[in-house]
Amino acid sequence: MEERIIIAGFGGQGVMAMGQLLTYAGMIEGKHVSWLPSYGPEMRGGTANCSVIVSSEPVGSPVVVNSTTAIVMNKPSLDKFEPSVNKGGRLFINSSLIEQKSKRDDIEVYYISANEIADELGNMRVANMVMLGAYLEATKTVDVESVLEGFTKVFGENRAHLIPINKEALERGAQAVREQMKANV
Amino acid sequence: MAIVFKKTRGLTDVPTHYCPGCTHGIIHRLVGEALEELGVLDNAIGVAPVGCSVLAYKYFNCDMHEAAHGRAPAVATGIKRVRPDNFVFTYQGDGDLASIGTAEIVHAAHRGEKISTIFVNNAIYGMTGGQMAPTTLVGQKATTAPYGRDEAHCGKPIRMSELLATIDGAKFVERVTVTSPAHVRKAKKAIMECFKVQIEGKGFGIVEVLSTCPTNWGYTPEESLRWLEENMIPYYPLGNFKRPEEVE
Amino acid sequence: MAKVLMKGNEAIGAAAIKAGCKYFFGYPITPQSELPEYMARELPKVGGVFLQAESEIAAINMVYGAAGAGVRVMTSSSSPGISLKQEGISYIAGAELPCVIVNIMRGGPGLGSIQPSQTDYFQATRGGGNGDYRLVVLAPANVQELVDLIIEGFDIADQYRNPVMILGDGMIGQMMEPVEFREPKRRDLPEKDWATTGTQGKRKPNIINSLYLQPEELEEHNKRLQAKYKAIMENEVKVESYNIEDADVVIAAYGTTSRIARTAISQLEEEGYKVGLIRPITLWPYPYDEFEKINPNCKGILTVEMNTGQMLDDVKIAVKGKHPVYFYGRTGGMVPTPNEIIEKVKEIYGGEK
Repeated sequence: MEERIIIAGFGGQGVMAMGQLLTYAGMIEGKHVSWLPSYGPEMRGGTANCSVIVSSEPVGSPVVVNSTTAIVMNKPSLDKFEPSVNKGGRLFINSSLIEQKSKRDDIEVYYISANEIADELGNMRVANMVMLGAYLEATKTVDVESVLEGFTKVFGENRAHLIPINKEALERGAQAVREQMKANV
Repeated sequence: MAIVFKKTRGLTDVPTHYCPGCTHGIIHRLVGEALEELGVLDNAIGVAPVGCSVLAYKYFNCDMHEAAHGRAPAVATGIKRVRPDNFVFTYQGDGDLASIGTAEIVHAAHRGEKISTIFVNNAIYGMTGGQMAPTTLVGQKATTAPYGRDEAHCGKPIRMSELLATIDGAKFVERVTVTSPAHVRKAKKAIMECFKVQIEGKGFGIVEVLSTCPTNWGYTPEESLRWLEENMIPYYPLGNFKRPEEVE
Repeated sequence: MAKVLMKGNEAIGAAAIKAGCKYFFGYPITPQSELPEYMARELPKVGGVFLQAESEIAAINMVYGAAGAGVRVMTSSSSPGISLKQEGISYIAGAELPCVIVNIMRGGPGLGSIQPSQTDYFQATRGGGNGDYRLVVLAPANVQELVDLIIEGFDIADQYRNPVMILGDGMIGQMMEPVEFREPKRRDLPEKDWATTGTQGKRKPNIINSLYLQPEELEEHNKRLQAKYKAIMENEVKVESYNIEDADVVIAAYGTTSRIARTAISQLEEEGYKVGLIRPITLWPYPYDEFEKINPNCKGILTVEMNTGQMLDDVKIAVKGKHPVYFYGRTGGMVPTPNEIIEKVKEIYGGEK
């Protein structure tokens, strides 16, 4: 098993944290993991992305060029990373901010209205967790429990009170995927 | 017979390499005496510069570092931050402190490093053979200013004491000279007071000592003393620019 | 101890503190700033000192002062900042002081870029400063090895009274991987009786110095340094090899690039190619002898670097003309992909497996 994931969006959408949570969860489950961010001026308000690898084997190159999954939170990220997804891979599109549909017909595509769902939950900042929940539901790369276990490691103990709403966000993302799968059947 | 005067224990017995008539020797003695009299000699760590006093590490009778050109205040910072209970001083010339090492001295002062600096200003690069320094007077000849320092070409000489006195972290700043016994006594007093500022943990201190360079100025030792008094002191006024009482 | 997920730059700081380093002098520069930030946060908690210097030049000279005063001390920077530090590094080597210097390399020359590169190999292994001196240069390939080498690096520095450089790149500095802080094997280290601590009236002054005006004295000093370097070359070489006795093509790569090579090798093996890897962990001393073990019928050695061919020189020295030597490199922050390496290996094979 090797998941090679690209997570991309605007700086501030929580794409780095999403990647770190996934990496932490993988580590907790004893898998081989790496997390590599894009860095530099492009981070300042522009697009940010990170490469995450969760694997049963030691991680070779930490750079994800061809991905098994891409999670895109905004339009520029879709344009940049849609072609990177391997045939048979998965693409998660934040349909709240991206109206466009995927041009690919050789991959699984999920449209998640992450911002609307987060808004319904009363905290726009959990949109990334909605996307992560969707990803976990579709791929089962790691358990949701492991992600929640890693939560305070990434955000600090003083954010522990936010675990319930984040848990809910993960669940709503998963639900969105289940509904979409049902609709596709 | 009673001993009325003996060489300070603050200096080693190694003969210095300084030119005849150069006042580095006097300044070394004053520093050595101050270290001894304040009881910090055995706890002192000194930093020697690059320039005429490059070999100062052989002359001061305490632990010494030889620094790269201009970097003595940074080296002293490293030592003092690691060994805050030791007495740490730098001994630097004007090429070292006022040219290549301006960043290091300004920032050591700005951080309020609890170190003491002896700044020997003879308005020229002595060791390398009489080139122009930032402190060379307008009109003064140097091997790299053969027609005399031209203000339009390279500006007026820099006054480091005045500059450093503007920095909050600098708690003691005084300019002295050693051209007469009276001046020597005043210089000693300033060095003692400067060192006490460190011992009492008050911050950065510097004593600028106007010094001669008979060899590169091209005067006899006696003429050099007179030239210093007539030319350097009017541009570099002697006196205290700052002491802790005035700050606090 | 349990594994934790750490960014390379922060792991360096944690490892240094674990190694007993309480002093850090640095200056901000991308992509290593998380390290001084970590030290600024953590050193006061262990009674240490973090100081942000006014420049890299001042920072390395503070290290010179602190190392001379007898403590474990570290500084870090990235390529252009390391260039500024060369003066101080030469003095530290000349005065035989132990310290650890971290270079998280970025693209050059000049201001270059902030993306990963390996373009300071020459500077690190050949001496970027003046004079006949050597740094022990350690090149970790993952965050765990980075931690282990930092800890051992302080011991190597103390044992030989020599500066040690950790040569990483923006990728290893920025990436997060699980690490474990194992209890390190401690070396039996000599007392620092040469350090400036104040004589306390009990001994002759100690002098930290690299100036020897008498040619005879300086020559003697250099002979002593060379003898020390010879001992380091004999005792401290570290290298990891994979399948080199049997390989048709051997890749030579270090640091993060070696991981990309490893991914390429796995894919090539699936297609039936026999490809080995030599991964120098010490770039100086260089593991020249390891190349003697390569399959004599090997078709060629492929050096892969994120530069235009620097370690390539050492590979050529090591191979002694016995095998053809090839090169593949990307620069400017471009990272080679496994596919690019695979193509190059197939080219060397010349169509036949």
